Amino acid sequence: MQTQTVKIVVTGPFNAGKTELIRSVSEIEVVNTEKKVTSESEKVKNSTTVAMDFGRITVDNDLVLFLFGTPGQKRFDFMWEILSEGMLGFIVLVDSTRPETFREARGILETFRAYAPTPYIVVANKQDLADAWSLEDIRVALRLDPAIKLLPCTAKKKSSVKTVLLELLYAILEELDSTKS
Amino acid sequence: MALKGNLRDFSIIQVLNLINLAKKTGALYIESSSKSAKLIFREGKLVYATAGMDAVPLIKIMARSKLIPNSVAASLSERYRTLNDMELGITLINSGYLTQDQIFTGIADFFKDILRGLFTLTEGLFNFEADELPPSTSIPLRMALEDIIIEGSRQAHEHEDLKNEIPSLDVALKFAERPGVNIRDIKLNAEEWRVISYVNPKNSIKQIAAAAKLNDFQIRRVVYNLLQAGLVEMIRLNSPVASAPPRAIPARNPIEQRNLVNRVIDRIKTI
Repeated sequence: MQTQTVKIVVTGPFNAGKTELIRSVSEIEVVNTEKKVTSESEKVKNSTTVAMDFGRITVDNDLVLFLFGTPGQKRFDFMWEILSEGMLGFIVLVDSTRPETFREARGILETFRAYAPTPYIVVANKQDLADAWSLEDIRVALRLDPAIKLLPCTAKKKSSVKTVLLELLYAILEELDSTKS
Repeated sequence: MALKGNLRDFSIIQVLNLINLAKKTGALYIESSSKSAKLIFREGKLVYATAGMDAVPLIKIMARSKLIPNSVAASLSERYRTLNDMELGITLINSGYLTQDQIFTGIADFFKDILRGLFTLTEGLFNFEADELPPSTSIPLRMALEDIIIEGSRQAHEHEDLKNEIPSLDVALKFAERPGVNIRDIKLNAEEWRVISYVNPKNSIKQIAAAAKLNDFQIRRVVYNLLQAGLVEMIRLNSPVASAPPRAIPARNPIEQRNLVNRVIDRIKTI
């Protein structure tokens, strides 16, 4: 029997922690398409994802979950539409310690919603850091509807990422149920 | 002397080189099973090119080069439908839509794309009609051939090497079960990702190329890169029937979808 695949996309601004999130749960070495950061303003880290990150979780003998991380920098946004094609749902990851990226996160969220009306959740990464914004403040800053799930997360912790993935999957189930009714 | 023959015996690069070195004036017609083109030269420089035998209007060339948005191009085509290319070019410059340099760049890029599309032809008839000139209404561009000949020559060599690596395009690809450990630094570009999205044991490489709008050379190069990265493996084609690219959610039935999501949930819980 042929293997089926499902896809979840992880998006968000530059340095939000998308690669780390995928790496935490992927069963393969994440296919990482990093490139040296050249822009001064983006030198928070030395390299960034330019095409995608690619992680994988084997569900069973004939089903595989792929996790795709989008490039965070605006100039690579031509990849977003391609990556969003056929996705099950998506995660918008924001860095809780960098409010200057919230506006961009909002823009990315809107863009992805326009590409595909699939379920999504918003995840506030780096909640373990002292200068992280609270979830309530992030919700206001991102102008999120109360119905949208906003979850705390520490992307480098597997248990935290697991919760995030489950919450997205539950949101997808809810969406399927509402479509049925 | 008639300059005509088959690209099997005399490559397109050699033909272009000859026209360039001999500073020929006239039209070169290329006719193969997959494509045709008409190229007109003046003293060895390319002044006009069209893929197929029908001229592409200037406004379409500018839209293809993304110098004019498609929506604007449609309305400009309608508004200026009575103008020829030369008149339209002048109108676009005078009305501030484009500069002369932009128009020349757009046309040159269009010409280069046509030439690049011919580089991989290994079979097909060519015929050079001396002294044939471009339409008097076309934009007077003169493009030197040296750079594009060098590019084509390099590409032809690369294509030969790739054909040795991937002799047949009638095989399928599948994701490697265990991508190698040294692939972390690989950089995938948009073209490679397009190909990845069609990877399925039911799709031949030829079908993937058609779906991703890549020529034989381009698809071989992308597949070669993916093979080298350990991302995909070549396998025998499952089925001769062409299939659509795999859907990320194969089951459209809500019950099946629900079942699919539940299976993923059960698996995530065990992580």
